Amino acid sequence: MKHRHPTASPLAKALRPATLFAAVSVAVSVAALSAVPAAAQSAKPLATFSGAPVRVGEINSYTGLPAFTIPYRQGWQLALEEINAQGGVIGCCELQVVSRDDAGKPDDAVRVAQELVTNEAVDVLAGTYFSHIGLAVADFAARNKVPFVAAEPLTDAITWSKGNRYTFRLRPSTYMQAAMLVEEAAKLPAKRWATVAPNYEYGQSAVAWFKQLLKEKRPDVEFVAEQWPVQGKLEAGPTVQALAAAKPDAIFNVTFGADLAKFVREGEGRGLFRNRKVVSLLTGEPEYLEPMKDEAPEGWIVTGYPWDQIDTPAHKAFVAAYTARFKESPKAGSIVGYITMKAVAAAITKAKSANSEPIVDALAGLTIDSPVGPVTFRASDHQATMGAYVGTTTVKDGRGTMKDWRYADGANYLPSDDAARKMRPAE
Amino acid sequence: MGAKVSTETTRPMSFLLVQALSGLATAATLFLVSSGLTIVFGVTRIVNFAHGSFYMVGAYAGWSLIERFGGSPAGFWGSVAAAALAMGALGAAMEIGLLRRLYRSPELFQLLGTFGVVLVVQDLTAWTWGPEDLLGRRAPGLKGSIDILDQPFPLYDLVLIGLGPLVLGLLWLLFNRTRWGTLVRAATQDREMTSALGVDPARLFTGVLFLGCALAGLGGALQVPREAVTLQMDMAIVVEAFVVVVVGGMGSLTGAFLASLLIGQLQAFGILVFPQITLVLVFLFMAVVLVLRPHGLLGRADEVPPTAPATVTVPLSAGRHAGTWALALLAILAAAPLVAGDYALILLTEVVILALFAASLHLLIGLGGLVSFGHAAWFGLGAYGSALLVKHLGAPMPLALAGAPVLAGLGALVAGWFCVRRSGLYFAMLTLAFAQIAWSITFQWYAVTGGDNGILGVWPPAWAAGKATYYWLTLALCGGTLWLLRRAAFAPFGYALRAGRDSGLRAESVGIDTRRFQWMAFVLAGTAAGLAGGLYAFAKGSVFPTLLAVPQSVDALVMVLMGGIQTVAGPLAGAVVFHLLESEVMSLTDWWRLVLGLIIVALVLVFPRGIVGFLSGIGRRA
Repeated sequence: MKHRHPTASPLAKALRPATLFAAVSVAVSVAALSAVPAAAQSAKPLATFSGAPVRVGEINSYTGLPAFTIPYRQGWQLALEEINAQGGVIGCCELQVVSRDDAGKPDDAVRVAQELVTNEAVDVLAGTYFSHIGLAVADFAARNKVPFVAAEPLTDAITWSKGNRYTFRLRPSTYMQAAMLVEEAAKLPAKRWATVAPNYEYGQSAVAWFKQLLKEKRPDVEFVAEQWPVQGKLEAGPTVQALAAAKPDAIFNVTFGADLAKFVREGEGRGLFRNRKVVSLLTGEPEYLEPMKDEAPEGWIVTGYPWDQIDTPAHKAFVAAYTARFKESPKAGSIVGYITMKAVAAAITKAKSANSEPIVDALAGLTIDSPVGPVTFRASDHQATMGAYVGTTTVKDGRGTMKDWRYADGANYLPSDDAARKMRPAE
Repeated sequence: MGAKVSTETTRPMSFLLVQALSGLATAATLFLVSSGLTIVFGVTRIVNFAHGSFYMVGAYAGWSLIERFGGSPAGFWGSVAAAALAMGALGAAMEIGLLRRLYRSPELFQLLGTFGVVLVVQDLTAWTWGPEDLLGRRAPGLKGSIDILDQPFPLYDLVLIGLGPLVLGLLWLLFNRTRWGTLVRAATQDREMTSALGVDPARLFTGVLFLGCALAGLGGALQVPREAVTLQMDMAIVVEAFVVVVVGGMGSLTGAFLASLLIGQLQAFGILVFPQITLVLVFLFMAVVLVLRPHGLLGRADEVPPTAPATVTVPLSAGRHAGTWALALLAILAAAPLVAGDYALILLTEVVILALFAASLHLLIGLGGLVSFGHAAWFGLGAYGSALLVKHLGAPMPLALAGAPVLAGLGALVAGWFCVRRSGLYFAMLTLAFAQIAWSITFQWYAVTGGDNGILGVWPPAWAAGKATYYWLTLALCGGTLWLLRRAAFAPFGYALRAGRDSGLRAESVGIDTRRFQWMAFVLAGTAAGLAGGLYAFAKGSVFPTLLAVPQSVDALVMVLMGGIQTVAGPLAGAVVFHLLESEVMSLTDWWRLVLGLIIVALVLVFPRGIVGFLSGIGRRA
């Protein structure tokens, strides 16, 4: 500290560290303030509850991916209102949800999870959309021994290679959805296949499973081209052209969202889909099909959610309640959010406790009746048997929808309990 | 993956031709957006982060207008033009309302203001148009395709291909055949001389922002018939536009045109040859160009001065009682676990880590005048260094933490050798290129890094697992490193670095090997950031490629600029304020980006020299 700049006044010199000190004091007080519990999101209690409320911490990418996560949030909000109107959980207690945005970053999600557990004293964690964020929260849950119901992440790792005691996942995984589509793809005469998938784990494992499972059923097929566009930055023209040049009989598509719209538009414009079958993951979900309006692809074999055609009483009741409450039609995310919250409530009630270990034990093997049918969280790998609807896309009344669909129960597309257990790390 | 692809059969000429045409269509859009950026930068020296936002809003505005009026060709093209003009007006408004007040601030400070605008625009766009992707109608009369050598090619893309050179020609005429254009060129070459000759620079700049943002809006509106309009468009385009500007040579329109063409072709053919490396193709290309050509393809050294804090009135000063104050602060921080709860401690741990991260970047910016856009690379490499040691070798935490600065330092040693040979925005973009390359390695090397699913289970051992213990450990390591950085700043090393920043020529003439000092600073900064990254990995329990991604680098820049670059305490204050604001606002509202953006814009307007710079300014006046 021998070298000092000559021009600054003594006061200025003194002020700088003082400023820092002031900033840190502010910081500490802000942090202290944040320890005051924020208002929890809960329905107006219709019944008076005799016990203390049970709290759920909910995390999702609300600002990162609003198109998918906001229908999801409305789904669990509806479920929450129903649960509390029917007397809450364990027949005594209000279910409260504290919801947080993770900004689409795994490290933010871990901080938020910590905040929910320590400041908001939540008993269960739920939510997440992106696979890597789901994994980060799952790891946090295992470390802190908090039950976590992963709602939407698709990665197989969350229940298999990186599975843990405290984490359960609702939505059918990449493997399950690929297996559902392979069943249909194997029936096609096509022998030469091309694939296009976003260049990250989801796209890669979808393609890898599709190839492996299809080859098992049809040793005569060959894969003649593959494209790996950057998620969100598909170069539609060149990609379509490159696929067409390989002259495949059929195409397996994993792109979604804006990339999918671009791909479909450019593919139609350049005749890529003429006389070719396309098998496509998730494309039948309203989130992806509806924005394409009358340009939705015709005749693609997809997994999805034909919400307007499922006429079981339970599902009709869900659609009616959802539409009445939010003045819009449900998306795939809505049903996932709805079942997630119902499952959490059922687990707490079954456990008769708000403590971690009983809830985890209750979740393992828990079966609930959902609008899509019975769903069981398998005790072996913590994967739920929620299925998906497999069918064909079509355009009706100027909008994309599905036809000739069937419900593929997830239980039929999962490896056996023993095989699944072997994929999980030792507890 | 290691896929065996059997497409490498013979490709007919017609296929190659159509592929090239597709590349040209991509290039046209890239050129429109980046020409606007290069014009704005060339004249005002503003690194306009919000340029992509104008592109996005241009697309949204275009979508709305085209839905309403786009049934006829006149309606369609009128809508596109109207959207472009509206973006121009918004750009001019941003210049008048925000940027104009910042021309006397240290250069780059405007970057912080435009970053605030990015956040505000993201939320306002989501609020106005809703979260869903919007697929607009196609251009009337151009819906179909024509066969080029038996290969169908969309008509609309042909129009785009023609539009690129047309806009280049019009811009050339504007800059070479009109008085306004001549004045703009004059201002590009010598801003002060131009204003000395009686040209009102403020009006000129407003016009330039209008033109630049209108071009971005035009590029956006023209995308409506090609792709869905989404809320992610802004970030997707802005980085690429910077790449084009830098590859072409800053301020050079022809350069931007050439770079767009090359990058368009690279993307069209790159996916045939290397479908797997689509993630980094563009950045690899930029790195190669910048390593070979110091000023891009067509840039000239004399045209563009470096983007660096050229005139710093108070270079950097140590406080008289700085040591005492720092010790007092340390004592208070060390006592925090006595009163703070678990979550507050975690937040404090993060703040301390980020303070070191920001301070390490400040070493480059404040002392060296080297603005890095890719500083997250070293933070992330540090985090991965620790995580890999834990995962693959089962290393104990102390060893893993020691590995963090080593890996980051080694990375910085290699990248720094190339980077310090460039200056200004070229340096910044080269650091970004290295960061993107490092990012894509962590993203794609599944066997080692776990790819985008990251590495889990990087938790501290039992003895350090307590929140307070880990906080103290972090405080000790970060505090110690900060002390070392501060020592370096006021040691002969720091003075040599500042000499190189303030006058490279004079520094050389007194025998300072400027480049070597800059290289050393780069390595030192990378090493310190690496330690921060390692500590962050253990604080979070997992690492992901997002730690090396562009937003993380931007966060570091924002923290440094927010605090003020002329003081050692600046980046620390910036880290505290930014991180607490972000985490607190985020838990309070879904519109946190809007709130955070407005706060940043307000801070920029109230404290045009950074928070600490402002406070010490008060001290000086008093």
